[in-house]
Amino acid sequence: MPRKTYVAAIQEALSEEMRRDPRVFLIGEDVRIGVFPSTRGLHAEFGDKRVIDTPISELAVAGAGIGAAVTGLRPVVDLMFGTFLYLAFDQIANQAGAMRYMYGGQTKVPLVFMAQNGAGSSAGHHHSQAVHQFFMNMPQIKVILPSTPGDGKGLLKSAIRDDNPVLFLHSLSLGGKRGDVPAEEYLIPIGLADVKRAGGDVTICAAGPTVYTALDAADALAAEGIEAEVIDLRSLSPWDKQAVLDSVAKTGRFVAVDESFPTCSAASEWAATVAAEAFHHLRAPVQRVTNKDVPMPFSPTLEKAVLPSAEDVIAAVRRTLA
Amino acid sequence: MHHQGISLDVLLDIYTCVLRIRRFEEEVSRLFRQGQLPGFVHLYIGEEAVAAGVCATLTDEDTIISTHRGHGHVIAKGGDIKRMMAELFGKASGYNKGKGGSMHIADFDIGMLGAIGIVGGGIPIAVGAGLSAWYQDSERVSVCFFGDGAANEGSFHESLNLASALNLPVVFVCENNQYGEFTPAARAMNICDIADRAAGYGIPGLVADGADALEMYRVARTAAQRARDGDGPTLIEAKTHRRGSHAEGEEAFLAGQTYRSEEELAAAWAKDPLLLLHTYIGEQNLLPAEQLETLDADITQSVREAVDAARNSPDPKVESVFEDLWV
Repeated sequence: MPRKTYVAAIQEALSEEMRRDPRVFLIGEDVRIGVFPSTRGLHAEFGDKRVIDTPISELAVAGAGIGAAVTGLRPVVDLMFGTFLYLAFDQIANQAGAMRYMYGGQTKVPLVFMAQNGAGSSAGHHHSQAVHQFFMNMPQIKVILPSTPGDGKGLLKSAIRDDNPVLFLHSLSLGGKRGDVPAEEYLIPIGLADVKRAGGDVTICAAGPTVYTALDAADALAAEGIEAEVIDLRSLSPWDKQAVLDSVAKTGRFVAVDESFPTCSAASEWAATVAAEAFHHLRAPVQRVTNKDVPMPFSPTLEKAVLPSAEDVIAAVRRTLA
Repeated sequence: MHHQGISLDVLLDIYTCVLRIRRFEEEVSRLFRQGQLPGFVHLYIGEEAVAAGVCATLTDEDTIISTHRGHGHVIAKGGDIKRMMAELFGKASGYNKGKGGSMHIADFDIGMLGAIGIVGGGIPIAVGAGLSAWYQDSERVSVCFFGDGAANEGSFHESLNLASALNLPVVFVCENNQYGEFTPAARAMNICDIADRAAGYGIPGLVADGADALEMYRVARTAAQRARDGDGPTLIEAKTHRRGSHAEGEEAFLAGQTYRSEEELAAAWAKDPLLLLHTYIGEQNLLPAEQLETLDADITQSVREAVDAARNSPDPKVESVFEDLWV
């Protein structure tokens, strides 16, 4: 199977879907140049009309995507950094997610918002936050956070074909990561988790870059004979609750690893669900490993200290075994 | 007021529209005071000429986006007052099956892409509707209604600039009704004409008399044609006046305080768009008085029927809470 980088896989998903469906177009700031390589080269193939550069106006661009989506197009709106989504909150929370429901099913909103999520590049607080948890809290917004090139491609293609608003979050820190990407056409359904490592002693649930944190921790624990099952949720809304509950039924221990700030993190939701619905399987209290509760600092040393680490995960697993 | 370049058919359509909005809103006001309507209602009384004049220049293919004060836009675009009234009552037969209410009425079949309850929230969406018209090589025009309050939102500035930069077929119609809730527009900005802001985005900015439906029609026709010709967006500022409350029952928010004088209100009523048009039609002998009387009686009757139908409609089934979700 061909091995490709994460950004190359995302670029491939965009170009394949734009070739397949003339209603699909890309709009955002610097999408022509491709300030992130995920959109690079698309303008050369598809031209001005389908790769549309905009002013730096996140609110208007997000809203324009919605207006285009409800009048027959399938926009992919690149808002660049997750933190920039805050500038477009009204359009995402009040309009995109609610429109179909609020208008009694009169319309649908086939739209993808794309942004890079999370830290790991020492870019400081304004360019280093994970934002997925905010959008998990909004009804009727689908949220995707893939960890591998293959998942990224298959999920982005599904997102573009979905008739609902989807927030596709990718990770700058994973951009150069290589992985298997099938040569033939494929889709990965939204809402389906993937077991990235099988194990019977403890269930570790993660998404995006924290999948690798969890896998590093699992490797270290394996040396001690502790076998962790690492579930990559891939989609955060809807999320594959059943996959997590099935795993916990087997292991009896649960650790949620999530690059959110702790209060109302994605991990909070996963942990609460497991505590409520798999309580009788649990042999220890559920554990959450999240960012430390401070703004993201700049210095690589400090940034690393704020993010969930393999050591944090190992410590959490030990608490479930104590 | 004059009707040069406007056919009698169009004139009658505009008059009918102004009258229908007035009678509908008067009835909604009554119903609200009687405690029959849940939630808030924001009425369009005194501003009817804007929607009527602008929408008379549009086809069913053209789209509009509206605001929390949106009943008039729905009627002007050709909406069904029965379905709108039922929605105001929160009934299953309403436009939005009772899920939207007064501030969120939409009729996608006639290009009414929805009323938006957030001030300025609809402006970017209208830019997107214009973008798709351009993308699809359609002659469709996207019209966006919003108020003077929205002209101070970031979305207004971002959207006018974006539409201008991409040269999109959008007509921005700012209904300057002089008040953002209870704050006079004059205290919320240091310019006389919001239309001046168009210059900052390199597009035409036109001031029109929002009490004169025929002037609104002419100005909107010019702007719509410009958009259809591929020459880009226009900002129209309609000078109007919100004669009624911000929202019906505003006394509850004011706690005995006032925010405008009786003289100001009287001056505004002296330019009642319905009366101006009615008088003009009479003076010019354009339509027989009996025809106008019959029209008024018919409209009043249809509003009454809409109320009866809404009252007699069933509430939405509780199970419908889980309908109209992800496709």
